[in-house]
Amino acid sequence: MSQTLGVLARFANPAELIDAAKKVRDAGYQSFDCHSPFPIHGMDDAMGLKRSPLGFIVGAMTITGGSLGMFLQFWTSSVDYPLVISGKPFFSWQAFFIVTFALFVLFGAFGAVFGMFHLNRLPRLHHPLFYSDNFAKVTDDGFFVSIEIDDEKFDETQTLEFLTSIGGVDVELVAGE
Amino acid sequence: MSILNKHPKRDPEAIEAAGGEDLLVTSGHTFSSLTEKISGIVEKKTPTEWYLLFAMAVSGMMVLLGAIGWLIWEGTGIWGLNNPVDWGWAIVNFVFWVGIGHAGTLISAILFLLRQQWRTAINRFAEAMTIFAVISALVFPGIHVGRVWLAYYMFPIPNQMLIWPNFRSPLLWDIFAVGTYFTVSLLFWYVGLIPDLATLRDRATKVRKKVLGVFALGWRGGNRQWQHYEKAYLMLAGLATPLVLSVHSVVATDFATSLIPGWHTTIFPPYFVAGAVFSGFGMVMTLAIIARKIYHLEDIITVDHLEKMNKIILVTGSMVGYAYMSEFFIAWYSGNEYEYFAFINRALGPYAWAYWIMFTCNVITPQIFWFKKVRRSVPIMFVASIFVNIGMWFERFVITVTSLSRDFLPSSWDYYSPSIWDILTFVGSFGLFFTFFLLFLRFLPMVALSEVKAGLPQADPHYYHKKDGGAK
Repeated sequence: MSQTLGVLARFANPAELIDAAKKVRDAGYQSFDCHSPFPIHGMDDAMGLKRSPLGFIVGAMTITGGSLGMFLQFWTSSVDYPLVISGKPFFSWQAFFIVTFALFVLFGAFGAVFGMFHLNRLPRLHHPLFYSDNFAKVTDDGFFVSIEIDDEKFDETQTLEFLTSIGGVDVELVAGE
Repeated sequence: MSILNKHPKRDPEAIEAAGGEDLLVTSGHTFSSLTEKISGIVEKKTPTEWYLLFAMAVSGMMVLLGAIGWLIWEGTGIWGLNNPVDWGWAIVNFVFWVGIGHAGTLISAILFLLRQQWRTAINRFAEAMTIFAVISALVFPGIHVGRVWLAYYMFPIPNQMLIWPNFRSPLLWDIFAVGTYFTVSLLFWYVGLIPDLATLRDRATKVRKKVLGVFALGWRGGNRQWQHYEKAYLMLAGLATPLVLSVHSVVATDFATSLIPGWHTTIFPPYFVAGAVFSGFGMVMTLAIIARKIYHLEDIITVDHLEKMNKIILVTGSMVGYAYMSEFFIAWYSGNEYEYFAFINRALGPYAWAYWIMFTCNVITPQIFWFKKVRRSVPIMFVASIFVNIGMWFERFVITVTSLSRDFLPSSWDYYSPSIWDILTFVGSFGLFFTFFLLFLRFLPMVALSEVKAGLPQADPHYYHKKDGGAK
């Protein structure tokens, strides 16, 4: 049995997609997205998106990595097996800054990539949108607006008509088994 | 191959609309003509040249594996090492390959932060080059003691001896710096690849679609995704920028923190970083010229791009030349007779031939790029880029070997010559590098599609308003 998952409409170019985003937002839809082969300037504002919280994730991860790095060196050199090497102090914090920095960056990079995956709910093997044949164009030269069925305002006929009225073409119901 | 050369969907309007502006991509590409061209490289028939090069590269890799096998069996005695030159080609090759990697990160991170849009044409394969160069580099610390089964000594792993590595040692800093560098470069590269893998996925069918689907992670190009994606890219660039400057600085401290004359100088970290970027751009240039020729990418990697890279080669080459001269000045000005001797010995001693090869290739060669005609001549820059590669290998050789072979005590002096196994290991490391690189060209999009598209004039929403006669 086929089940409706949302609607999809195609727009001609980045400028039309931005205009469409504003109209969809102003019409009060929440659960919608604008798809494009590359990021479009000004789209975040047009869709009314909040700032990405990724910076906080990366910040927390860098501090964790840096602290872990310094602690690792402090603990191994001064606590677990103190060893005098070329007359330097057990806790040679100046020399330890290099590894601290490396781990600061390493953890930050993990935070950026895996934090982004988490915020984008990636990886996933399938998504309802992939039931649409038109949608394959999104990574080539297609510009799409999708509105999902879990949106409060969603109504099969009205939402379809709405997307047509704001200039969408190839408007379709996306349905999968 | 001629199919790739001609594409029906050229949009002359785009060229006209961007008239007067610096076009990043010539011949009026549209979004879909770019997709077609770049995806076509991996989807259509592989050119014969690729198979020839790949056969050579794999043979080189086999040579490397054989040389390493013999090393493990017999020990480091098969190399030309002697006393006092107990740091031979292994470290020379390590520093050489790590240095090459630096151009990729510079292009992907630093030029990104500086908003240099032209980087999009070359960043993907420069990043790939970084990753494969660092892999080639990491072979050498892995095998350089000949007892590969003890490689775990390098890492802070709890072990039967109950002791830990010495964190005050630059050699250990290297492990963390280069290890982090490799991981961050790999993440950066993969994040950049995700949208382009999705492009390939959406064009593929059957098994190929499934495999690409897994690696594209379910990318849908929604702005809710792009938003976090762009932020992640910015963050990675911000993290990779200080990292790339630190990596070769740390490599330089391997030398600079020792008391050997000719190594014990504070100029080493910045001088190594400049040299690394210089050598890396030399290698990017060599690879770019070959790749654009084989795959007919002259309209995407344009002569303008190559000219910009030549300018960077000129700048960093001049910095390296300045460092060479500054070293001499300081050796004299310091009044330290050992330091003074070390440098006179470098330029006039038994390794003078190596020194002057280095000097000619690194200092004199890039100076030809003061002339615009030369900067835009592909054959000349190809030859120059090879000279840069040769010169930068010799720089590491000169630094390592001249200082060690004649240190404080004349009775311990000795001349160093490589053995056939040194040479085979080095040649083989090129095989390893090119095997990976050619596989990359064959199976992954070699130009960052989504980024190049975003740089086209028609990617800017204002482009359409202008055309409407300035509405909005």
